[in-house]
Amino acid sequence: MTDTLIPTTTRKDWTSDQEVRWCPGCGDYSILAAVQMLMPDLGIRRENTVFISGIGCAARFPYYMNTFGMHSIHGRAPAIASGLALARPDLSVWVISGDGDALSIGGNHLIHALRRNVNLNILLFNNQIYGLTKGQYSPTSEAGKVTKSTPFGSLETPFNPMSLALGAEATFVARTHDMDRKHMMEMFRRAHAHHGASFVEVYQNCNVFNDGAFEEILSKDVRSDMLITLEHGKQIRFGADGQFVVVSDGNGGVKIALAQEVEDSEIIVHDEHNPNPALAFALSRLASGPHSPTPIGVFRDVVHPEYGDQMADQIQRALDSKGPGDLNSLLRSAGATWEVH
Amino acid sequence: MVDSVVELDRVIVRFAGDSGDGMQLVGDRFTNLSAAFGNDLATLPDYPAEIRAPAGTLPGVSAFQVHISNHDIVTPGDFPDVLVAMNPAALKANLVHVKPGATLIVNADAFEERNLAKAGYEQNPLEDNSLADYTLYKIPMTTLTIEATKPTGAKPRDAERSKNFFALGIVSWMYSRPFEPTLEWIGKRFSARPELAEINTLAFKAGVNFGETTEIFGHAYEVKPAKLDPGTYINITGNTGLAWGLIAASKLSGLDLFLGSYPITPASDILHELSKHKNFSVKTLQAEDEIAGVGAALGASFGGLLGVTTTSGPGMDLKAETIGLALQLELPLIVIDVQRGGPSTGLPTKSEQSDLLMAMYGRHGESPLPVIAAKTPSDCFFVAIEAARIAIKYRTPVVVLSDGYLANGAEPWKLPDCDLLAEIDPKFSREPNGEHPDGSPAFFPYLRDPETLARPWAPPGTAGLEHRVGGLEKADVTGNVSYDPENHEHMIRVRAAKVAGIANELAPLEVDDPDKAKVLVVGWGSTHGSIVGAIRRVRANGGAVAHVHLTHMFPLPRDLGDILRRYDRVIVPELNTGQLSKVLRAEYSIETIDVNKIQAQPFKVGELEEAFAREVFGA
Ligand code: SF4
Repeated sequence: MTDTLIPTTTRKDWTSDQEVRWCPGCGDYSILAAVQMLMPDLGIRRENTVFISGIGCAARFPYYMNTFGMHSIHGRAPAIASGLALARPDLSVWVISGDGDALSIGGNHLIHALRRNVNLNILLFNNQIYGLTKGQYSPTSEAGKVTKSTPFGSLETPFNPMSLALGAEATFVARTHDMDRKHMMEMFRRAHAHHGASFVEVYQNCNVFNDGAFEEILSKDVRSDMLITLEHGKQIRFGADGQFVVVSDGNGGVKIALAQEVEDSEIIVHDEHNPNPALAFALSRLASGPHSPTPIGVFRDVVHPEYGDQMADQIQRALDSKGPGDLNSLLRSAGATWEVH
Repeated sequence: MVDSVVELDRVIVRFAGDSGDGMQLVGDRFTNLSAAFGNDLATLPDYPAEIRAPAGTLPGVSAFQVHISNHDIVTPGDFPDVLVAMNPAALKANLVHVKPGATLIVNADAFEERNLAKAGYEQNPLEDNSLADYTLYKIPMTTLTIEATKPTGAKPRDAERSKNFFALGIVSWMYSRPFEPTLEWIGKRFSARPELAEINTLAFKAGVNFGETTEIFGHAYEVKPAKLDPGTYINITGNTGLAWGLIAASKLSGLDLFLGSYPITPASDILHELSKHKNFSVKTLQAEDEIAGVGAALGASFGGLLGVTTTSGPGMDLKAETIGLALQLELPLIVIDVQRGGPSTGLPTKSEQSDLLMAMYGRHGESPLPVIAAKTPSDCFFVAIEAARIAIKYRTPVVVLSDGYLANGAEPWKLPDCDLLAEIDPKFSREPNGEHPDGSPAFFPYLRDPETLARPWAPPGTAGLEHRVGGLEKADVTGNVSYDPENHEHMIRVRAAKVAGIANELAPLEVDDPDKAKVLVVGWGSTHGSIVGAIRRVRANGGAVAHVHLTHMFPLPRDLGDILRRYDRVIVPELNTGQLSKVLRAEYSIETIDVNKIQAQPFKVGELEEAFAREVFGA
């Protein structure tokens, strides 16, 4: 950070005066708290911070942040935020989205924002349901899901947001969940630190329309056996006693094994910075939904040219070679002019 | 040898061939040549939507019409004096545009069985006397081109491609155009491929020599330079005019320009042009779709830049929701709609004025926003600046209507002195504008300027001005989310009043009425040229007819109602089924006489003359 005069702030400074209106018990509260608590640590100014959302329960988020913010339209936040981030590279721009917003109506904008690598922090609150419209299945709902719009069960294969982001050339991909504030804060901090498009999926409980969607992996008593915490440079181990490990399945994917049954050298060492996303992708396929051991943490964090930097670079080069544009000469230089006397 | 040169006031030439024949290129060359020579001119490119429709077929025909003159002209002309047809399909498709007596210059080599069949000719029209009413020149252009380029060793197949330059050579000779500029241009254009430069040069020269040495043409013609105002001129198309106008607006306002756009015919050239001028700090994003294009532009506006999106009709459909958001956020945004034939995909490469009502009303909810329309290619420059001025001053999206005809049509433009253009003050908020109940400073994002009703524009970056905006209804003054019924009605009315108030500052309309006419013609957009042309003819025949042209389509100028009521009859010519006419009837409770054409082609001057004469002289 070049700005050395950042005033010291607390969570309160980042909290707006608006009453928070999510359902009591909604997972969104803890995500909001994690973000508000993280902000004072990031070394950024409130006035240079913008939260942009689309439509959905999660999309109310900007109203609760005492920063600049825009509650936009359904699915379009990544596009609007891309324009803002390219226009104003000095800002810290955050996109708050849900599974319907980002993966259904806004799927196109999400993948293109990721591949362009615009400097955005995109947080996807995944509750696997449509909350605001009162309980229809979403693109991350499990196949067979019975909802108001699918009384006989959903016929759709859900998206795996980690796989999708990795396939869309994302340069930073992470997953966290609403029950672990510390982990959320760490993931958001990392997303902020990454220069480029950062994508963080947050498993978020909608206690009204999809309560307990993540219970199989997140309830306190099973967490140690069901969450695989990825750490860069470390062997992928989990379980109360580290008894489970992740190894190659010999078929391009990965699988879980008992530590005692494999050679130490077979255990996969997590490498966030691997230029080849194949292993990250394999990890994203380890669990097909939040029902079996599921990796959380940073799947991928690679350095890649950021779109805005390259845009600024092209402008700078034009300025260097041609000098700042002059209107009269623009009109007089572009084509063949002639004089009438 | 031909040595007599006949002087003409004006001439209309139409180049027609297969889309692969390079007709747009030679048309454009002939135009630039004539412009530099000092003629007044107007052009009409007419090309198919398919990039390469099957060669030799009617759908594959591409044409370029140019009208050059020694006096001030306003349209590309109704009927060509000369049609250059490179194959049977080009002849067939364009003969409808040509009146008996006109000159036809055809590539006789192309009139063989297969091409004739593809064009649907049962017999060769060059042989069956069906063109007896025309002055027909049958020239074996392909053979002559191949022959002329032999010294280069080019394969006949490659050499044959240069026949468009042969045709340009003939026409250049016919109308006594200087040859040097074309030779220079060929050298420059093909500098990377010297062999092509050579072939094209030889083909062009062969065309010129053919005109000069064969005796088939009785004489050459000359169209002297027009008496134009002294100054520096350039040939400008509407798309370039818009692009430059946007750059000018950026300079005048001190706001960097941001274009979010998705390629679409016929608007893409604005994106192409703007993406060149990075030394004006122009940022362009080719977005993933139309929605992202306008979204990114709105994001940039939120960030304090001049956000612009460019599109055509189908893109307008897609952008509607975001335009509504911009209207609710009350942020400046310029939306350029280069209209084409609709509905749906319609006629992508053709022109129409059928998006007026969509621009005015095509959003859900009560969502009025300013709409302005350009009338000529050079007017596009000023309309872009006007759009920026309104958008910034009133914190509102503005729709600019151009069309395919303006976009690609060209006219000579006397370049303005940009130092004389008025600056635009963005008036950013720099400090709090109110107090919290506890007396501490507060920023109220919806506390309006009492005069313009515009809200403050506070891009991120100023401490103390942090605020949230959004599509949900906002409470007056504070901008907090509000579901209060009375607040909603107030906000609907105040947003409408803000936009309506723009009319207060519009200059009085200029009514062109030298003869105290009883009939008024009200026009808008690109029909301006045809309307003026037709009015001149009616007046030349002793008729009295008045003319007023609208640039501000919404809100309409304050004095329009009085003007309309001064006349017995009001004619509204439009390239749609009567969209402005509907608005005028609804707004002013007047009767209008509609003159409509929905063929996705401009009005011919003759068509309008007839329609105006009917009202002026009686049936
Ligand atoms: S519906 Fe679900 S996601 Fe929405 S606020 Fe209520 S609990 Fe949260």
